Amino acid sequence: MIALTASAPAPRNTYRNGPDEFGRFGMFGGRFVAETLMPLILEVEKAYKAAKADPKFAEEMEYYRKHYIGRPSPLYFAPRLTEHFGGAKIYLKRDELNHTGSHKINNCMGQILLAKRMGKTRIIAETGAGQHGVATATVCALFNLPCTVYMGETDIARQQPNVFRMKLLGAEVVPVKSGTRTLKDAMNEALRDWVTNVESTFYIIGTVAGPHPYPTLVRDFQSIIGEEVRWQMAEAEGRLPDTLVACIGGGSNAMGLFHPFLDDQSVEVYGVEAGGDGVETGRHAASLTGGRPGVLHGNRTYLLQNEDGQINDAHSISAGLDYPGIGPEHAWLHDMKRVKYVSATDKEALEAFQLLSKLEGIIPALEPSHALAYVSKIAPTLPKDHLIVMNLCGRGDKDIFAVAQHLGVKL
Amino acid sequence: MTTTRIERRFAALKSASRGGLVTFITAGDPNYELSLDLLRRLPEAGADVIELGMPFTDPMADGPAIQASSLRALRNGMTLKKTLQLVTEFRKGDTETPIILMGYYNPIYSYGVPAFLKDAKAAGVDGLIVVDLPPEEDEELCIPALRAGLNFIRLATPTTDDKRLPTVLRNTSGFVYYVSIAGITGTRSAANADVSAAVGRLKRHTDLPVAVGFGIKTADQAAAIAKVADAAVVGSALVSRIGAHVDERGTASPKAVEDTLALVRELAAGVRRARQ
Repeated sequence: MIALTASAPAPRNTYRNGPDEFGRFGMFGGRFVAETLMPLILEVEKAYKAAKADPKFAEEMEYYRKHYIGRPSPLYFAPRLTEHFGGAKIYLKRDELNHTGSHKINNCMGQILLAKRMGKTRIIAETGAGQHGVATATVCALFNLPCTVYMGETDIARQQPNVFRMKLLGAEVVPVKSGTRTLKDAMNEALRDWVTNVESTFYIIGTVAGPHPYPTLVRDFQSIIGEEVRWQMAEAEGRLPDTLVACIGGGSNAMGLFHPFLDDQSVEVYGVEAGGDGVETGRHAASLTGGRPGVLHGNRTYLLQNEDGQINDAHSISAGLDYPGIGPEHAWLHDMKRVKYVSATDKEALEAFQLLSKLEGIIPALEPSHALAYVSKIAPTLPKDHLIVMNLCGRGDKDIFAVAQHLGVKL
Repeated sequence: MTTTRIERRFAALKSASRGGLVTFITAGDPNYELSLDLLRRLPEAGADVIELGMPFTDPMADGPAIQASSLRALRNGMTLKKTLQLVTEFRKGDTETPIILMGYYNPIYSYGVPAFLKDAKAAGVDGLIVVDLPPEEDEELCIPALRAGLNFIRLATPTTDDKRLPTVLRNTSGFVYYVSIAGITGTRSAANADVSAAVGRLKRHTDLPVAVGFGIKTADQAAAIAKVADAAVVGSALVSRIGAHVDERGTASPKAVEDTLALVRELAAGVRRARQ
């Protein structure tokens, strides 16, 4: 007899057709925003649909990807890293080589082109590590639009180089003093600005979260990462990769790598959350491993929260992962068990940061250092013909001061 | 169908031909005891309808005053359960003043919608305003709340155009809360002419009473609103008064209650003289 209730969900025909018309991935996602924003959210959805159907929009994206961002980014076989672990073949998707130093610009370019189509005259953004803020300030300079970036005071202190970069690019950086003064509070403040300036302003959200259609459009703009990996791996090895690994805060670089492969059942997919001091200590940013479903910032997803539904502080060495939530599509993929979500601690990420610098001459950002920390756990256990692709989504220049401090080095 | 406390109160205001005063305070601000004392004494000071804020760590549509008020309450151990307890206590001495719980969805979602509606109804709550639940998410709480016999009061804003208004008003009951500015609570205030035009527009779409809020701080402002709308909502100004009596360590002086009630009396006098 066949059991009617299975403990694990059955495999689906496709994992790539979400969200539904209500912006839901299963029970996750949605449009949980104040009425003031709702008409605009619906307008963004309409404008994005129209843009997607317009070949000129695709042409424009293609042009800027090639000539401004510098795509495609290389898929680099890391020989010394591979040798060091003595197992699987490790490939690095070099999105840290993009203009501005991370994957964030893939999304910002798409959103600012959309904002322009909608006739918006002012751009706002939130930022944690400052990578999204820098990428937003960059495209605003390129298209001559005024830009305001909200950034928590705590993050401003630990990401000084990016703060200066944003200012050089002509953006106004507004320090956020509320709450924990990190990414979550920056997002609250950006939403408050948006509600106040809704007529003129487009909010460039930096990750696959927020109200529908943001999780979808950010995913679509980031999916260029995985699409390139497909043909690049076909060229390099003549087949699909076996394992994908990416770090997850909100989850945009991970979704960009994962999404084009979700229906390839042979491809194992790992998202690495920030474990902070360790998930068991309660001081972490691992929403899937240590949280439960709730509603914040326009969507239902897994959140770090107490028993009363109050949002808990996230903790991570990496400002870019220091967020108590995660994109709703990740929440769904977690429940569907299509993607395995794991975590790496601050300490493990710091070790990985140094290892990649020494072995490959690449200084990674602290965010993908979490992904590498997980690669270092699985690679030695896998056969030599196993192909791992890790998304190296950002470079570490911005982190050297913070890392020096953690290592007790005075600069 | 029996009328609700909210309907009765607005009907009474109408027959007295005056605008009402809706006061917002945050449950548990600055602490449970003072908050209960304040809540109990709001009606005699002139509050016609009470909005009781459910504290939340991340009040995205609120300005600094209400954010701070939420955090004061949370720091002193406020929870949604205690908020309902506060209403239960209040109802022992007042069975007529409508109480509307106002806040964000996550604490309710975390509590569990069916349990929350049951407990809220039992406590004597009359209506709900949940900022981050637009009509697009009506299945979450609005429809179940209406079934449970609670009013679900929707916010209409300057960005809600004529085409969208019917969607916003569809499942609204009790009254409509017009947010007079595109913005957050407790910041700037709208021009009277704009408010008057907006209320007129709403009245063309609904027979429900219209309360207007955001940015109303003084008795004169409240009076101006009460002239053109069915009620004026004041929140940030009241919780700022409370906050002024809380020291850096979070210790509150009992004067917080008296001083806040003094402002309520001024505001109440304002709405009462508005149409004379």
